[in-house]
Amino acid sequence: MPNREVEPFAWMAFSAGGVAAAMFAPILLFLFGLALPLGWVSPDHAGLLDALGHPLTRLALLGVCAAALFHFAHRFRYTLYDGLQLARFGTVITAGCYGLAVLGSAAAAYILLLVL
Amino acid sequence: MTGTGTGTGQRAYRPRMSLWWWARKRSYTLFILRELSSVFVAWFVLFTLLTVWSVARGEERYEQFLDFASNPLVVALNVLALAFLLFHTVTWFNLTPKAMPVKVRGRRVPSTVVIAAQWLGFVVVSAFVVWLVVS
Repeated sequence: MPNREVEPFAWMAFSAGGVAAAMFAPILLFLFGLALPLGWVSPDHAGLLDALGHPLTRLALLGVCAAALFHFAHRFRYTLYDGLQLARFGTVITAGCYGLAVLGSAAAAYILLLVL
Repeated sequence: MTGTGTGTGQRAYRPRMSLWWWARKRSYTLFILRELSSVFVAWFVLFTLLTVWSVARGEERYEQFLDFASNPLVVALNVLALAFLLFHTVTWFNLTPKAMPVKVRGRRVPSTVVIAAQWLGFVVVSAFVVWLVVS
């Protein structure tokens, strides 16, 4: 069940991620998921690597990815509670959702800061 | 004596709700669709990281990524995801003035202004991202 001391922070992360997803997600998925694969725009690989590899781009993408993941975790947790009536598995759901967000953020940091 | 009253051993009455409660009313359905948009937000992060990783691993890997991403099934999934992401944006922008009233010199800024300002931000961000990736 919701923990009164942690809940405000979860909610703040949820809001920050909500804003990040609302502002950045549609255009990024449009570009990476449709425009590039379907050839509507075709920047060369070197240019793309330059744009993505810039330190500010990496940091911005890391912020967007991590915040969006915590947004997902918080909202999906309540979707499972209310939508599927699974409140009795609250602890497992909470651990699973935020655990995924933490692991995903670590993966994002690895890819954006070390691989790229 | 049995019957109504304050006898011990009574269990609290917990009405069981159908799993399909959200299908009964349009506003409930929209609510659950909005909540489900979070799944596509997670998909967006996964797909973005896959893109970045592919670009980082070199031109050949990037070509493989483009092949994978142009598969009709993946394209269809991304079209669906994009629809959910836009639904998230619309609902989020509409909720902001309700969740966080903005005041300037003690007077409340009308919701329409707050919503319009967010869409302006959305257009600027989108244009900047396109410029960054395409140019």
